[in-house]
Amino acid sequence: MSSPAASTDALGALATARGASAPAARRRAQSPLARTGWRRGLVGWLLVAPLVLVLVPFFVAPIIGVVIASFLEGDGFGGILPVFTLDNYAGVFGSALTYNLYYETLKFTLLTWIFTLVIGFWVSYFLVFHVRSKLLAIGLFLLCTVPFWTSNIIRMISWIPLLGKEGLINSVLVGTGLASQPVEFLLFSSFAVVVAYVHQLTIFMIVPIFNAMARIDKRVLEAAVDAGASRFAVVSRIVLPLSKSGIALGSIFVVSIVMGDFFVVKVMSGGGSASVVGAFYEDIAVLQYPTAAASACVLTAVVMLIVALILRTVDIRREIAR
Amino acid sequence: MTTAPAAPSRRRAARSSNARPWTFYVLATLFTLYVVALYGPMACIYVLSFQDIRGGLVFPMKGLSLHWFVDLFTQVRTGDVAGSFDRSIKLAVIVTIITVVASFLAGLAFRRRFPGDSVLFYLMIASLVAPGLVLGIGVGLIFQFLGLEPSWYTSALGAQLSWTLPFGVLVMFAVMSRFDRSWEEAARDLGASALQTVRRVVVPILAPGIVAVALFGFTLSYDEFARTLQTSGSLNTLPLEIWSMTLNVTSPSLYALGTVTTIVSFVIIGACLGAIAYLQRRRAGASANH
Repeated sequence: MSSPAASTDALGALATARGASAPAARRRAQSPLARTGWRRGLVGWLLVAPLVLVLVPFFVAPIIGVVIASFLEGDGFGGILPVFTLDNYAGVFGSALTYNLYYETLKFTLLTWIFTLVIGFWVSYFLVFHVRSKLLAIGLFLLCTVPFWTSNIIRMISWIPLLGKEGLINSVLVGTGLASQPVEFLLFSSFAVVVAYVHQLTIFMIVPIFNAMARIDKRVLEAAVDAGASRFAVVSRIVLPLSKSGIALGSIFVVSIVMGDFFVVKVMSGGGSASVVGAFYEDIAVLQYPTAAASACVLTAVVMLIVALILRTVDIRREIAR
Repeated sequence: MTTAPAAPSRRRAARSSNARPWTFYVLATLFTLYVVALYGPMACIYVLSFQDIRGGLVFPMKGLSLHWFVDLFTQVRTGDVAGSFDRSIKLAVIVTIITVVASFLAGLAFRRRFPGDSVLFYLMIASLVAPGLVLGIGVGLIFQFLGLEPSWYTSALGAQLSWTLPFGVLVMFAVMSRFDRSWEEAARDLGASALQTVRRVVVPILAPGIVAVALFGFTLSYDEFARTLQTSGSLNTLPLEIWSMTLNVTSPSLYALGTVTTIVSFVIIGACLGAIAYLQRRRAGASANH
């Protein structure tokens, strides 16, 4: 077919793959002899005990608490009465406001997801396949990740001096004569909300997609080019499918964060847009706990459903540990 | 699988390995724009925080002084910045320690299958993706039900851990996947006890990854907002202070606070990345000596 060197490479890759799986098979064969099942289970649970001791009181119990509260009556003064009712849910599903809020929130989620995915995919692609020095690629990757470790709120408000009516972009537009008067839609608008989300969350796409792409054997791409594949075919039929796990992981982060957010919408839309979380935050402010709880339960169910759908496309545990 | 197109395409591949393809320039431009958009706005507020007393929220820059930094820590109207700063650092340190220890142990456990491991794994994912404010409300309700007073070192600590721990465990998964089990087996074959193996073999080899988990734990806690909002009790943490300032304060003090908190973040990031580089170099040196 092609040169002998390429086929030895392919054989080499095959040999490494077999070599890697052999010890794993041996371990599986040995382990039942080495220690009994129940002892392994005990050691496992002892090791995860600290994790369980956090998750049970601070995740399982609060969620159960919210679910219970959503079925009870409030006294209107911040207290909850032990009286069963479905009124809270009737209120949530019966109000046109709810559907508007979900429309707004899902709109922002979808827009943010598309932009972060496109930017994240191509930035990762550039770092993995176009930067030749591995050290430089890692350096540029770290450059992208540093802002992730700084305050989100600060990064959000940092758009104000740029996008505002008297901001930098408007002074440039007016100064160069591109606009006769300041453009108003830049700040305190849906545009500003999406800009702030994409600014904060693209990193959640870059990291997992970069990791997935870095594991792609470059010889596979060379083989595809050798076999006559176009540049587009290499991306759409090799790189994209092999980055699927990274895309899924990034999407989970982006979707769950945007849907659970309210302060970006509140500040960047200037009150022009609302969000699901923002609405029940208002309920809490006026001490309507059961109403807020019902709304919170519905939102949590929606987020979990979307995440479950994404998880169906990929075995996340195996992918991360690979 | 045909031989005919292989020859010309190989020639094309050989040529393109010297000259950059056009896609390189397109993607390099995209990357540059991304980095500029990532850092540009942040740079703006750092610059604007150094204005003098005439300073406003937008360019042009008016004067050059540290006025707004002094204002930040002395003015009453900007709230208790120093106190919230102190609490946030303390809380982040506690969260970091618990996150590192618990994630490391959980990472060890998840290398093998044990009964119920999948349930726990998905519980962890659920805790990670649950809307932060929902969890905050829940923790508040539980504390109210039990008659406990919420505070930053009890309810807020737990609420933050429900987010930093799953994150830490996921990072630990990735770190441990690069760990060769045969080193551990070799240590055991040479007579090391389980504890010795962990302390003398596993921890030193995974040290850079453990520092990375610590970096996640610290910064995720230090910047956490949604879960802390309903759980911190009567005293604010720094992100809550910044949040209330974005709603009330319209002076460059807000930017000064942004500059201060980012400097702290950068110091932490620098220290952690430095520690990772140092540990990796020491490891490389140690293996060269043997």
